[in-house]
Amino acid sequence: MIGIVSYLAFFATMAGILAIAVLGLNLQWGNTGLFNGGVVAFFGAGAYGTMLLGGHPEAGQFGGFQLPFPIAFAGGIVLAGIAAWIVGILTLRLRHDYLAIATFGVAVAFESVARNAEWLMGGAKGLRGFQRPLEAAIGDNFAYALFFLSVVLIILAIVFIGLERVVNSPYGRVLRAIREDETAARSLGKSPSRLRLEAFVLGSMIMGASGGLYAAFYAFISPQDLAPILTFQIWAMLIVGGAGNNRGAVLGTFLIWATWTASGFLLARFAPTEVQLYTGSIQYILIGSVIVGMLLWRPQGLLPERIRPASTGTKVP
Amino acid sequence: MIQNLLDGVLTGSVISLGAIGLTLIMHMLRFANFSYAELLAIGAYTALVFDKLIEVLAPALGASIGPLSLTWSLSIAILVSMLVAGGSAILIDLLIFKRIRENADALSMVFASFGVALIIRNVITLIFGLKTQLYSNDIAFAVVVSRDPLLLVKPDQVFVLIAAIVMMVIFHLVLTRTSFGYALRATAENPQLAQVAGVRLSTMINRVWLIGGIMAAAAGVFYGLTNQISPLMGHTFVLPVFAATIVGGIGSVYGAVIGGFIVGIASGLALLVLPSGYIPAMPFLIILAVLLLKPHGLFGEARE
Repeated sequence: MIGIVSYLAFFATMAGILAIAVLGLNLQWGNTGLFNGGVVAFFGAGAYGTMLLGGHPEAGQFGGFQLPFPIAFAGGIVLAGIAAWIVGILTLRLRHDYLAIATFGVAVAFESVARNAEWLMGGAKGLRGFQRPLEAAIGDNFAYALFFLSVVLIILAIVFIGLERVVNSPYGRVLRAIREDETAARSLGKSPSRLRLEAFVLGSMIMGASGGLYAAFYAFISPQDLAPILTFQIWAMLIVGGAGNNRGAVLGTFLIWATWTASGFLLARFAPTEVQLYTGSIQYILIGSVIVGMLLWRPQGLLPERIRPASTGTKVP
Repeated sequence: MIQNLLDGVLTGSVISLGAIGLTLIMHMLRFANFSYAELLAIGAYTALVFDKLIEVLAPALGASIGPLSLTWSLSIAILVSMLVAGGSAILIDLLIFKRIRENADALSMVFASFGVALIIRNVITLIFGLKTQLYSNDIAFAVVVSRDPLLLVKPDQVFVLIAAIVMMVIFHLVLTRTSFGYALRATAENPQLAQVAGVRLSTMINRVWLIGGIMAAAAGVFYGLTNQISPLMGHTFVLPVFAATIVGGIGSVYGAVIGGFIVGIASGLALLVLPSGYIPAMPFLIILAVLLLKPHGLFGEARE
């Protein structure tokens, strides 16, 4: 019994962490119409930033500043924001697909640095030696798992409520206005490139927060955790749930993460041994098909975006 | 130094071929196609299959041509692979991109192209396995061009460079000397006006995909001939090919050719100062530099 509960806690923790990243992507893609082809880089910046700032010092290894978790976590988020700002400032004024190409490039560059710069990011063996927040104080593994889950869910709730407020504020309406008709928005005196940059950086920082939690959860991060497939998974979660709808984003995360975990379990259990090596490929095809299938047949997702008319202030009788 | 330059030129010729197709498609359909590079892998693997098939049917064709490791059967297989890659491109457009184009915006196309790339890459992995393969297991000996500085060139590399340049010249002649070339350039410039002048848009789109497939298949086989074939080769080429189109300016065929060589040579020379693990990041640095200095590329024009 406790086995099932602790597995469910593990599942919910992972899904909660990913849901934060999906919410970040929803701000970019769902609300502002920005295509981020390198989610994994911003997630990774948060993860590595948190590990480097909060980890233990090791010989020949940069980082290990042993900062308290909240500060390390915030540092990771800021790092993701800086990376997004650099990419954004160069590309957001140009044709929209430059952003897709540049962000894809960031992910490739990030992976190659993470794999090769051993002194900086630990290379292929990754970074470890991270003291998980309050682990010693709580002691018991099971209790700690529940504690971590609640931390993740609280942060998810904060991000969710915060984004709901942003999206429903005048600011959120301007973002959608830019997505729908840039010229019209500009004619009203709004600056599309600045607002896009803000939304892009904010969304990437949320992804960084997700990465920081991920690294803290495993107390370990390596390039293996940042495979390009993570970007695809996060997109699939958003498009299944419904781009532009924060509830949809969270729903999509849990659905896709459950499908991913279940398909992995079934393939490991029932597929013949010679197929086992290719479990990943089968799952990747599944994710690719989900993305293409949704775009073809239900681009609005399970929970479509709800366009609420702006309140007029006074009701006309 | 000169060896790196030489290797860079060679990689550059492969990237250029791929970039020609990509820049045409991006210009005509106005979306960044992340699945384009998978056509290189489709071409390379089709050639592998037909090479073996032709060799079984007609063993005499299994002989190498002169000093090359390229066989007669592989030469025929290259032609088949061009048609298969072109056909696949048209088929994918018909099944997926065309339907999304009709209902949604360009960003949905970009999004879909990522999904398509993921599917193609992993279907290839399932069919052919993850291990890398070679067209010929014979060792191709390099010819020493000079001893000081040491300069090694394989006959296959010379062939690939010449063949790539010949293909570019042929395509240049098609673009500038045939009515199809005029129609193609007109459609890319202004689709509405071209249609008024009697160009059928859907035919043009199919032909662009066909050309893209032919170029990609050639690039894929040439890369396989001088390096190796792997299901991940498409993924390896996505960024270099995009970098080449951005350097040249999206829509410029000649820009793509020059951009390809620039990306190839820069990556080759970067090996002098950087460990090889960082080379995949080179195209990204080039993209950033171009966006910073000349956002519309060498020959591109500003367009929303």
